[in-house]
Amino acid sequence: MSTDSMSVSDQVMIELKNVNKWYGDFHVLKDINLTVNKGERIVICGPSGSGKSTMIRCLNRLEEHQSGDIIVSGTTLTNDLKHIETIRREVGMVFQHFNLFPHLTVLENCCLAPIWVRKTPRKEAEATAMKYLERVKIPEQAHKYPGQLSGGQQQRVAIARSLCMNPEVMLFDEPTSALDPEMIKEVLDVMIELAQEGITMLCVTHEMGFAKTVANRVIFMDGGQIIEENEPQEFFNNPQSDRTKLFLSQILNH
Amino acid sequence: MIINDKKLPDLPPPTSTSGPIGWLRNNLFDTPLNSILTLVIGYLLVTNLVPLIQWAFIDADWIGDSRDACTSGGACWVFVSVRLNQFLYGFYPESEYWRINTLFVLLGLLLAGMIYEKTPKRGWIALFTLVVFPVIAYFMLHGGSFGLPVVETHKWGGLTLTLVLALVGIVASLPIGVMLALGRRSHMPIVRSFCTIFIEVWRGVPLITILFMASVMLPLFAPEEIDLDKLVRALIGITLFQSAYMAEVIRAGLQAIPKGQYEAADAMGLSYWKKMGLIILPQALKIVIPGIVNTFIALFKDTSLVLIIGLFDLLAIVQSALADPKWLGYSTEGYVFVAFVFWVFCFAMSRYSQYLERKLHTGHGARQ
Ligand SMILES: Nc1ncnc2c1ncn2[C@@H]1O[C@H](COP(=O)(O)OP(=O)(O)OP(=O)(O)O)[C@@H](O)[C@H]1O
Ligand SMILES: [Mg+2]
Repeated sequence: MSTDSMSVSDQVMIELKNVNKWYGDFHVLKDINLTVNKGERIVICGPSGSGKSTMIRCLNRLEEHQSGDIIVSGTTLTNDLKHIETIRREVGMVFQHFNLFPHLTVLENCCLAPIWVRKTPRKEAEATAMKYLERVKIPEQAHKYPGQLSGGQQQRVAIARSLCMNPEVMLFDEPTSALDPEMIKEVLDVMIELAQEGITMLCVTHEMGFAKTVANRVIFMDGGQIIEENEPQEFFNNPQSDRTKLFLSQILNH
Repeated sequence: MIINDKKLPDLPPPTSTSGPIGWLRNNLFDTPLNSILTLVIGYLLVTNLVPLIQWAFIDADWIGDSRDACTSGGACWVFVSVRLNQFLYGFYPESEYWRINTLFVLLGLLLAGMIYEKTPKRGWIALFTLVVFPVIAYFMLHGGSFGLPVVETHKWGGLTLTLVLALVGIVASLPIGVMLALGRRSHMPIVRSFCTIFIEVWRGVPLITILFMASVMLPLFAPEEIDLDKLVRALIGITLFQSAYMAEVIRAGLQAIPKGQYEAADAMGLSYWKKMGLIILPQALKIVIPGIVNTFIALFKDTSLVLIIGLFDLLAIVQSALADPKWLGYSTEGYVFVAFVFWVFCFAMSRYSQYLERKLHTGHGARQ
């Protein structure tokens, strides 16, 4: 496999320093420290409720952290709307439930942000959108509405929609877990291709095959903490902490 | 093991389930209860509808210029036709009727252009109708410039006045309602409390009270220099009252949009106004089209309350005509006419909204 051909630069893309977050009294993220370099492909796993979604949603301010620093592509996340919008332009996100806009066609979904956020001329935005729709292998659906597509197709549109903004980082929050088994592969294939092109990726997923194929680091979270962090080979063959071992034995035995 | 790979041909449905007889059997006489209901309702229809049609059309008198023309014993539509100009134009000077006519022909053309799907540049027509047309309408109706003599608002009346009140109310209450609904869901406490209080106060007071206060009490308290036209005051009252209702209808739509839509829009870097304008409101408004049109229809009919502050809308002017000694005793015709005119407009709105709903439906399974 091509893990070596995918280069990781030493330029820092994302940095989390002592990040803490509470929901009311509930401490969801505890002292998270994480540095992600440009071109890294990171898979985050862990039991339900361990704070995986919360962590990646803090990276583009869908959730607000209460202490610590988050620096994305050189911009520190503060309450300053300018900073938040700068970061959101550079960070694409793919959701578990796709979150396509049902009142817009696939093509309009893809062109919306380039036109309204990046001020790309419509013609150009449409050309780019078609390019990405071809890459996720559904150019023929461009003029349909999301409600007319299958789950797997919708998720591929969602990926294309994020790519249209030319983001530096892509966040995936369980992109395949709302899909029927036969559709999971078509989405994973697109994601693997993306990874091989060197985009920085953070992906919350329980698809361990995917992790082994493309990740250069796997992070295991539990109880709001990062418990273990290693390259996939080591992580799967030689887990260090007991909680990791337990978790792996649970998901791999299925 | 059973293997069946021979494709069966498509057959037409059995005749007992299709065709007029099948339809009758399936829909009107399928159970004993349904058959009884069909018969009872059929009986009531025949016994009531037939005399009504007899009265309104067959025995009716249409032409003439006084009550002496009404001899057939049916409806005396002569009453309406003799007074038609007054019912339509109020006390507007007859020599200036063309201004109203031109205006409503123009409006009709604009609306037709917006409704007909193949019109080029529909967006611009809509913009023109919402922004430029009201200005033209003001100068045409009120006059005072471009060589048009002034017609003061107390001379406006009849259907013209009803339409002016309803259109201004509809066009103004929707955007104000949207703003109030957004404000009520805002994260800024001051904006949120202001909108909440505004909505609850206006919604909690009867429209009649508002109109009464606007026309009778306001002038008592307001300084003399501020001499707002009575019609303007009524318009403000109606608009604000209906925007409070509109706001609640729209808020229901906003609440029906899944959180994921907000998050996807946020994650793309759309600003608040772009997110609302491009993603949330188009979906929310679509969901609440029935509620919005319901409010429009209520507003349209509520305009007739202005008669208590001495404005002569369609209903008021017909009522005043009924007091004319020459026409005593024709109130049924008068009220049927008013009801019919109101119904035509409201029914048109209702049909258009159903058409819109169907057109904007973009496939099932789209909601998450
Ligand atoms: N808006 C919220 N308010 C209060 N508690 C929340 C909220 N969102 C999440 N939580 C709690 O925070 C914890 C972490 O949630 P999070 O969604 O990050 O978990 P997760 O690791 O993504 O789990 P899953 O695998 O089920 O998606 C959970 O215990 C959850 O109940
Ligand atoms: Mg999650």
